[in-house]
Amino acid sequence: MSNMLNLTLKVWRQDGPDTAGQFQTYKTTVADDASFLEMLDYVNEELIEADEIPISFDHDCREGICGSCGVMIDGRAHGPQKGTATCQLHMRQFSDGDTIEIEPWRAAGFPIIKDLVVNRAAFDRIIESGGYISVTTGAAEEANAIPIPKHAADAAMDAAACIGCGACVAACPNSAANLFTAAKMQQLNMLPQGQAERYTRSNDMVERMEQFFGSCTNYGECQEACPKEITIDFIAMMNRDYVKSQLVNRRRLGEKKVG
Amino acid sequence: MTQATERPGAEAPKVKGHHNPSDAKAKPWPVEFMSTAVGKKWIMAISGIALMGFVFAHMFGNLKIYLGPTDYNDYAHSLRTLLHPIFPNGFLLWLMRLGLIAMFLIHIGSAISLTRMNQTSRPVKYQSQRRYLAADFAARTMRWTGWIVFFYLIYHLADLTWGWANPDFVYGDAYGNVVASFERWYIALFYIVANLLLGIHLYHGGWSIFQSLGVNSPRYNGIRRGFAVTFAVIVTIANVSFPLAVQFGIVS
Repeated sequence: MSNMLNLTLKVWRQDGPDTAGQFQTYKTTVADDASFLEMLDYVNEELIEADEIPISFDHDCREGICGSCGVMIDGRAHGPQKGTATCQLHMRQFSDGDTIEIEPWRAAGFPIIKDLVVNRAAFDRIIESGGYISVTTGAAEEANAIPIPKHAADAAMDAAACIGCGACVAACPNSAANLFTAAKMQQLNMLPQGQAERYTRSNDMVERMEQFFGSCTNYGECQEACPKEITIDFIAMMNRDYVKSQLVNRRRLGEKKVG
Repeated sequence: MTQATERPGAEAPKVKGHHNPSDAKAKPWPVEFMSTAVGKKWIMAISGIALMGFVFAHMFGNLKIYLGPTDYNDYAHSLRTLLHPIFPNGFLLWLMRLGLIAMFLIHIGSAISLTRMNQTSRPVKYQSQRRYLAADFAARTMRWTGWIVFFYLIYHLADLTWGWANPDFVYGDAYGNVVASFERWYIALFYIVANLLLGIHLYHGGWSIFQSLGVNSPRYNGIRRGFAVTFAVIVTIANVSFPLAVQFGIVS
């Protein structure tokens, strides 16, 4: 049996990127086995029936693997449950009579498009700058042709769990994207396939990231907010690879020497 | 092959005041390195280590105050004559002072630059109450504790090095000057508060250094916080003990 929850929602409504927004209050009653996004769907159905404009929010897979959803819920990225995206949050985490504040990610690198939807194209630019490896095309290589230590494969997989939702930026008091960039960099830097571009990647992704986002001051808020529980250990690895890219850079061997 | 195309209205934003990599390429490497925030954090960590070394040596040297006026004044005097037969008097002292000034300049300069960058990174703040889960008091007040400790340092120099702020200042009598300064309860209190803030700054900085330098391994990650706590506690207890010792008449 599910319990019904009477909730007051304060939702950020904003018509477009350049218009002013404000919190709008909605009252709704929802079963506690609904997901957070289903709860928003119910509110939207009521809004549509009342001939009002529904709340815009990003969502796709609704099982925590696509990285589309994500809002600030009561001042916490993806809400009160650790290690889950907004879509995996269920209303049983709340109690009857609660007031829930719902706000979009806020960062200069994530401008608001509408209501709770933000533009995360800056993440695509970071990936383009170095989040790839060079492979020869043709038939797929035999899967075990390249020996990879088990621990390295596991650690790379932990970094590769990043779904690019942007919660790290949203949670960071500096709006820094270091956790995202470190995860997308280290998933490749830790593996043999990533070595060819390792130091160009480390340099380029850091520089591209800083065009949009703030700097890391080691608060650790990002790893608390991350739905995939990626740790800031990867940020330390990125910092080390970045300085190596400046000092022992193989790509510079072919360049003209200084002096 | 499908090319990714930009959706209208979904271009990546231009963030004002942020690092532009195309400018950095032409610079020599130390400047290029320092032009990124990750590089600046390296500089802050390395200057932080140097400043922590100074703070520790300063604290350790001052413990001689418990050995009495002769030992303490001999120690103060010996700083001027360090390596004297080899170098002229005061040479090494001034070399260390210049090094310290340089470390302070790059530490504070990087901090100012990073703070500006971070202030432009979220032009519209969160309108609802933020809940912090990991960012502790020390981490969130680094800029405040840093500036307060800096202004305290200026006063400390005026009080016990230059003597302007100390009415009973006698050049060469380090022991007497410390006692004369700390006998005023409000000055003693000021020193205690400033050193507690320094301890808070060291608590976050002492751990943050490892992250910024990329010193990270499951093998020793557990002791990084322990190091920061131990360092901050030892320095704070020793430094706070000096004004307390004068106030309670243990040193007079």
